Amino acid sequence: MNMKVNFAGVEFNNPITTASGTFGSGMEYADIVDLSRLGAVTTKGVANIPWPGNPTPRIAETYGGMINSIGLQNPGIDVFIKRDIPYLKECGTKIIANVCGKSTEDYCETVEKLSETDVDMLEINISCPNVREGGIAFGQNPKAVESITSDIKKRSKKPVIMKLTPNVTDITEMARAAENGGADAISLINTITGMKIDINRRTFALANKTGGLSGPAIHPVAVRMVYQAANSVNIPILGMGGVVTYEDAIELMMAGATMVAVGTANFNNPNATIEIIDGIADYMKRTGINDISEIIGCVK
Amino acid sequence: MNKKRYQIISKEIIANDIVSMWINAPDIADKSAAGQFVSVYCDDKSALLPRPISICDTDGKGGLRLVFKIVGKGTKELSDKNAGDGVDILGPLGNGFGEAFDKIKDMDHPDIAFVGGGVGIPPMLISSKSIKGQKNIILGYRDVTFMNEDFSEYGNVFISTEDGSAGVKGNVIDCITKNNLSPDVILACGPLPMLKGIKKYSEENNITAFVSLEEKMACGIGACLACVCKSNETDSHSMVKNKRICKDGPVFDVKEVDFT
Repeated sequence: MNMKVNFAGVEFNNPITTASGTFGSGMEYADIVDLSRLGAVTTKGVANIPWPGNPTPRIAETYGGMINSIGLQNPGIDVFIKRDIPYLKECGTKIIANVCGKSTEDYCETVEKLSETDVDMLEINISCPNVREGGIAFGQNPKAVESITSDIKKRSKKPVIMKLTPNVTDITEMARAAENGGADAISLINTITGMKIDINRRTFALANKTGGLSGPAIHPVAVRMVYQAANSVNIPILGMGGVVTYEDAIELMMAGATMVAVGTANFNNPNATIEIIDGIADYMKRTGINDISEIIGCVK
Repeated sequence: MNKKRYQIISKEIIANDIVSMWINAPDIADKSAAGQFVSVYCDDKSALLPRPISICDTDGKGGLRLVFKIVGKGTKELSDKNAGDGVDILGPLGNGFGEAFDKIKDMDHPDIAFVGGGVGIPPMLISSKSIKGQKNIILGYRDVTFMNEDFSEYGNVFISTEDGSAGVKGNVIDCITKNNLSPDVILACGPLPMLKGIKKYSEENNITAFVSLEEKMACGIGACLACVCKSNETDSHSMVKNKRICKDGPVFDVKEVDFT
């Protein structure tokens, strides 16, 4: 039985990674999760310089999900390279480094520095709904998606995954724009912009007013968008959005994802990634699947 | 460490919406230190995030006591459970009053004040129990008192209520001044206005104070960066001035915390 996947030329032991921002740099979970068992750790978004993030409250629970507006707090690329990459390498896990920025130049500076490290792939966040500049500003306009993808590709020595936002009318347009810009892969979906009002305090639950909705509440949206994207481009997909169980992960793979990221579920169950990997293995045994790649995009 | 299911030993409603629960959780209880907390998970999977609840007490026999207020659907679900029921918990988590205790041990017979306000009172029980010395315990309530008798074996208990129905009418600072207490060090947990008051009082009187903070949390283990507080010094995680309440705290030297 083979759970290995080849994703844009990189081989992973299994298709499960973590969704950026929910798993820190892996270190924080190491007391609970054997990081070497993950297909990869996708790290918290890192920028060219440290970012302080947004004011608190930064999160609020919603029915079957949560909204967050962390604002991409991060220590900057230099600390990340010195502290987090060596740690993860020591743990024997593959690394997908998530990159954020406010301008094309910011992204490219970080990408160039990461190109000289041991990370396996880069995931470029052009879809964060919680920062005013950069982030989603790039991700909602196909011309901007294509242009930033192509600029990053010129400067990157690592395979590049462009992370797309679901806050668009036509996801296939953005997926094609990333492909046209030369992306090696795409990942989707980032969070869906939401809002929660505290009716007792008559104010917004989050200091930033809006935040990104994640968790099982958004899973069907993720399945639909992964399916649509998979049927419009030829580059592979890292699917994510409300994956809680192995069934959810398999669903995204059948919709067309080669790899799957687990995010908000880590908060409900810190061991969710490992249980999902074991669940997929059981499912393969039970249903006679010899190679996990048999199910990728099998539902047409 | 991992989230595990533990059995509830007993449950008691000790005041309006305040629940006291003993849980058989030896692997958590044996490692728990004053000021740490646990993440309690809901069985209702529409409520995804763990509820951070401070550790109130341990009994040395594997028992873990949590005292919490019913504030939403997570704490309501927990409060509806009874002896024999299971509950999913991860812990102990966070950085408690250890640094405060180290400072106290370096001082010459200090007058220690343990200050708890409202639902910030429970963690002061294990805290006041965990160190020897001259101890005054100041408990502030809105109206109905609870747990005050539990504290009597660990120090002199002083009470304040906002409505004046018991003890000093006013807040915990009023209680300290009206009882002519002059603490050398304060350990406190309570609502934000109270902690701001403690910061002001400690600065005016040039005394050491440690406070336990609260914020909405998602992971509870330092990964998601939801529960940060502004700090005066650069934090070790993100190299900005945002300490993680769940991991660097919840207890901080009040001098480190920027409440602005």
